[in-house]
Amino acid sequence: MRKYVLDLRVTSAEQLSERYLLLSATNPAGPLPEMSPGQFAQLRIDDSKETFLRRPISLHHVDYEHNEVSFLIQKAGKGTASLWLKQPGSTLNVILPLGKGFTMPTSTEQKFLLVGGGVGVAPLLFMGEAMLRMGVRPTFLLGARSKSDLLLLDKYRALGTVYVTTEDGSEGEKGFVTQHTVLRREKFDNIAVCGPKPMMLAMASYAKHAGILCEVSLENVMACGLGACLCCVENTKDGNVCVCKEGPVFDVEKLNW
Amino acid sequence: MADMRVKIAGLELTNPVLTASGTFGYGIEYQDFIDLSQLGGVIVKGTTLEPREGNPYPRMAETAQGMLNCVGLQNKGVDYFCQHIYPQIKDIKTNMIVNVSGNSPEDYAECAARINELDCIPAIELNISCPNVKHGGMAFGTTTEEASSVVKAVREAYKKTLIVKLSPNVTSITDIALAVQDAGADAVSLINTLMGMAIDIEKRKRILSIGTGGLSGPCIKPVALRMVYQVAHAVQVPVIGLGGISCAKDAIEFLLAGASAIEIGTANFLDPTISVKVAQGIDEYLEKHGFKSVKEIIGICE
Repeated sequence: MRKYVLDLRVTSAEQLSERYLLLSATNPAGPLPEMSPGQFAQLRIDDSKETFLRRPISLHHVDYEHNEVSFLIQKAGKGTASLWLKQPGSTLNVILPLGKGFTMPTSTEQKFLLVGGGVGVAPLLFMGEAMLRMGVRPTFLLGARSKSDLLLLDKYRALGTVYVTTEDGSEGEKGFVTQHTVLRREKFDNIAVCGPKPMMLAMASYAKHAGILCEVSLENVMACGLGACLCCVENTKDGNVCVCKEGPVFDVEKLNW
Repeated sequence: MADMRVKIAGLELTNPVLTASGTFGYGIEYQDFIDLSQLGGVIVKGTTLEPREGNPYPRMAETAQGMLNCVGLQNKGVDYFCQHIYPQIKDIKTNMIVNVSGNSPEDYAECAARINELDCIPAIELNISCPNVKHGGMAFGTTTEEASSVVKAVREAYKKTLIVKLSPNVTSITDIALAVQDAGADAVSLINTLMGMAIDIEKRKRILSIGTGGLSGPCIKPVALRMVYQVAHAVQVPVIGLGGISCAKDAIEFLLAGASAIEIGTANFLDPTISVKVAQGIDEYLEKHGFKSVKEIIGICE
């Protein structure tokens, strides 16, 4: 897929909580380029003296009809924090689409489970929307520390069935996503996971025992995002490969987990 | 439009802007963003005789106005380059230059000899200055004797334009520059990264997997500029300047200091189109100040 550097214009900057920002932007220069679920963008950080590089952020929602792309951003450090300063009308310079995304269904018979933890739910909305357009209803399994960390649940519920776990039991089943009873009740053909590494490791192990294809989205620290600098490598069965180019989504069978 | 052409020994560049090894992949990675024929050349990533896996992750730490890396010359080796990469880049309409590293003078020479056979590679940049591998060149770049021995070995094996990339992590970079000039280098490029370190205060550990890494980005520009000025005033061969160049103004400073061409490195990560913008900016500067050729400004700073 062809990559672009674009000066987007922010259409809304919605602070969902102290830690999460939903940033939406439009491309004034023309239609948005083709993008696929699981890919990411490199956002330029304009107002931070202490950071230097762009920040890789997954594509959360792409609305071609309204020429709008959205990013769900967690305040992780000084770089992402400076994105909180964006206002409607601000310029958001992005490089996109980057990397390889999730495997999509090839038939309407396939059952896909989309598992997200914390801000890792972000790319699963785009994936669920794309699946629904193909006529496949997604099942989501979303986990968080507590109810207040569950982001944009209604948007996921609008696309498919949503199962929830919280560590404190304030919403859905108490515990981790890997303990949810749906995993014992239902059989899936494919699992797509994005979230904290322990969660991805546990889901990978579950998928392996169940004999299901499992893809995970990694978030190694990156510099270029284009496969040029070789900084973000993951040690895989094929040696060190760039997460930004060969990933961020990997079949867990390829990883040395 | 001013005459932007420059010559680096036998190498003719349509303009003085090159991209630095390790920051631009094989050029292919940037073709969606820019027309590579608008550059003086592309220096592709470090290539060694044998394949190298490089250092473990994490290999990068962000700093104020820069970054540290300890990639460690990950590459699939010169044979893979010749068979699989070269066919993809040989028709790109600019000077495609290969950066070469090694563990011994024999290694360097063998790798250079293989690349000498590739018709569409008009030059190599010899990396005697990588700070991130035990035998990856730094040892050769820090003493005049070692630098001289590796350049002599490569000079015998390599018949086209030989550029030698120098390390700033030395007592006197001009001594090393003079030694490689005398050993047969056609040009020198400087500077490679400065050795540095970053520490995570929460984990109370050094961030990079091997503890240290090479610092690049705007923060190193004044050091690079000083070294380019000193070397350009000491050697007869052309000097290629690099180190933190992020805009046309930075590039012009290096040209005024005595560089015949410049390389853009880390700035490519922030803006993949920056190299072409720098070339345009140099042209605009020349026009504005009434220079007919970029050659007129090389080294004119007192």
